[in-house]
Amino acid sequence: MGLNIIVCMKLVPDPEGPADSFEVDAENKRVVVHGLPPVANPYDENALEAAIRIKESAGGTDPVKITVLIMGKTMSKAVILKAVATGADRAVLIEDDQLDAQPLDSHTTATLLAAAVRGLEYDLILTGRQAADTNSGQVGCGIAQLLGIPAVTVARKVEIIDGTVRVERVLPGGYEVVEAPLPALVTVSHESGDLRYPALAAIKAAKQLPRDVVSLAELNGELASSGLVERVALAAPSRERACAVVAGETPGEAGRNLAQRMHADRVI
Amino acid sequence: MAVSERVIVFAELAEGGGLTKLTLELMGLGAGLASEPGGELEAVLLGEGIAAAAAELATLGARTVYVADHPSLSEYNPDTCMEVMEKLLREESAFTLLAGHTPTGQDLMPRLAFALEAGLVTDCVDIEPGSPGEGPVFVKPVFGGNALASQVVKTPQRMATVRARVGSAPGPAAGAGEVVALDAPAAEPLVKSLGRTTEDRGVKLEDCRVVVAGGRGMGGAEGFHALEELAALLGGAVGASRPPCDSGWIPSTAQVGITGTIVAPDIYFAVAISGSSQHLSGMSESGKIIAVNQDPEAYIFKVSDYGAVGDWKQVLPAFTEALRGYLDS
Ligand SMILES: Cc1cc2nc3c(=O)[nH]c(=O)nc-3n(C[C@H](O)[C@H](O)[C@H](O)COP(=O)(O)OP(=O)(O)OC[C@H]3O[C@@H](n4cnc5c(N)ncnc54)[C@H](O)[C@@H]3O)c2cc1C
Ligand SMILES: Nc1ncnc2c1ncn2[C@@H]1O[C@H](COP(=O)(O)O)[C@@H](O)[C@H]1O
Repeated sequence: MGLNIIVCMKLVPDPEGPADSFEVDAENKRVVVHGLPPVANPYDENALEAAIRIKESAGGTDPVKITVLIMGKTMSKAVILKAVATGADRAVLIEDDQLDAQPLDSHTTATLLAAAVRGLEYDLILTGRQAADTNSGQVGCGIAQLLGIPAVTVARKVEIIDGTVRVERVLPGGYEVVEAPLPALVTVSHESGDLRYPALAAIKAAKQLPRDVVSLAELNGELASSGLVERVALAAPSRERACAVVAGETPGEAGRNLAQRMHADRVI
Repeated sequence: MAVSERVIVFAELAEGGGLTKLTLELMGLGAGLASEPGGELEAVLLGEGIAAAAAELATLGARTVYVADHPSLSEYNPDTCMEVMEKLLREESAFTLLAGHTPTGQDLMPRLAFALEAGLVTDCVDIEPGSPGEGPVFVKPVFGGNALASQVVKTPQRMATVRARVGSAPGPAAGAGEVVALDAPAAEPLVKSLGRTTEDRGVKLEDCRVVVAGGRGMGGAEGFHALEELAALLGGAVGASRPPCDSGWIPSTAQVGITGTIVAPDIYFAVAISGSSQHLSGMSESGKIIAVNQDPEAYIFKVSDYGAVGDWKQVLPAFTEALRGYLDS
């Protein structure tokens, strides 16, 4: 029998990078990233960790197979290696130069990923709750809708119990336990836990694992030249302010002077 | 010729049963977008025992309020909610559907968008009327708030989720709209709830005039007691960046930012917070921002109005004490 889990992972410029590494190219409506390596979208790492925990709890009797599915123009060897070394059994990559011509909209992305998923075996699909570059949070539910399977969003815990997936969904101030029949899709949030570090031996072994590369043509995925949503402008946020840094001989005095200054300015 | 806008607001209820503040803001925003001649504003409300809230929507400028009132809708369930919404909207030719960027809005709208093949823009911080025929321009943060993208939706059915404070509650409308009952969902949902565990959130961060937020540099739960003292003095609430929530120093409902609560108080204190774009995206609209940080180069100083450099353990008690003196006198 066994259980097949697909984890969708996107490569994004390190979202924890400093603000000045993200330059807004207004003319081309693109963000130009300086000096930041591509990393796995953090929530997608959480999704992989959730898959690995399911694999571990299943034990040897009912083997779980994890496939990571990554679509993008440039791939990161480091990300793929880490995914395989921590617990993925297979990496399927959708690589194509066309993918970088335009930022794809959510509809196009989900359509291509759903087409790739159809060519694989799956019982459970995990995605991140949202990608750190699009900040969109649509692709997960989109894949589920296109495949016609149930979806649960913003998971902090994912378990397989008797052929159903049981999920703790994050709610403001708590959580909700929900259940859905397999196959199903779950979007994972950071509360579910960070991806473990791979063991050194596992990294070595992972280097041997073949990667399956799929081209857009194989997916019949003409890049829908026009998605449903079009970016018409891109601007840098205007966040910077003139800051009055209040000095003092000691930090305590700076604190007192700050109170005095704010009082004098009638802020307080 | 201007294409008249039909704007539909997906309304939500607060815990007490009334409409949420964000719903009122969406009604105001929707009224603005539908203000061209021929435009119209409508609302849809799902729940159980919601006649009073539906009647209120009808007085807020909605010409038609669609209501599905049924026990199976008492708590949000994606499948039952989708059934009702899809049935309502599938045959409609053109509209702009606005929902709050809330847990429900974030869960429902992508499903609905893909079911209808409609374009959706999530997490809008602004919606501009746009040019005739092209429909509204939806503005949203991308790259963690490091850029703002303006987007248009190319399908006639348009959808957006909107943050708090983008719109403002509408003034009184002339006359009341009509309330139209929708069919209750018939199908058994695939996704089943086995129960909720939630704590009362007490004061809501987004409603406070003063927020005193702490970051990773607070070092532990004790640090947050010092923030509570300052918050209490100013009648505000304590917030946080993400790391303190992840570490359990403070409940995760305190998280401010792109994936937490969006706040815009009169005064926002950022104590031992470095100023990541994800955090700024949730508080940069605040009236005055005050930073306390031991690193003079911390980015937070660039986006603040006032700052003090130093260890919060020394800065904050002295600040709080001096402030107490001013407030008492
Ligand atoms: C997809 C995604 C979504 C995210 N969403 C959010 C979100 O909604 N909200 C959010 O906040 N973050 C979010 N983050 C995390 C974000 O990127 C940052 O990691 C986080 O905001 C950093 O928190 P911080 O400023 O408290 O910590 P740090 O960046 O570690 O900064 C700590 C600061 O404290 C100062 N400090 C240390 N000790 C002291 C002391 N004794 N006295 C004074 N100052 C001191 C340091 O100088 C430093 O500036 C998100 C990240 C991702 C990838
Ligand atoms: N190019 C991609 N390759 C693989 N997975 C993706 C890709 N784009 C989006 N996803 C998945 O969809 C989730 C939500 O993305 P988004 O809707 O863009 O916020 C991500 O966290 C990923 O799990």
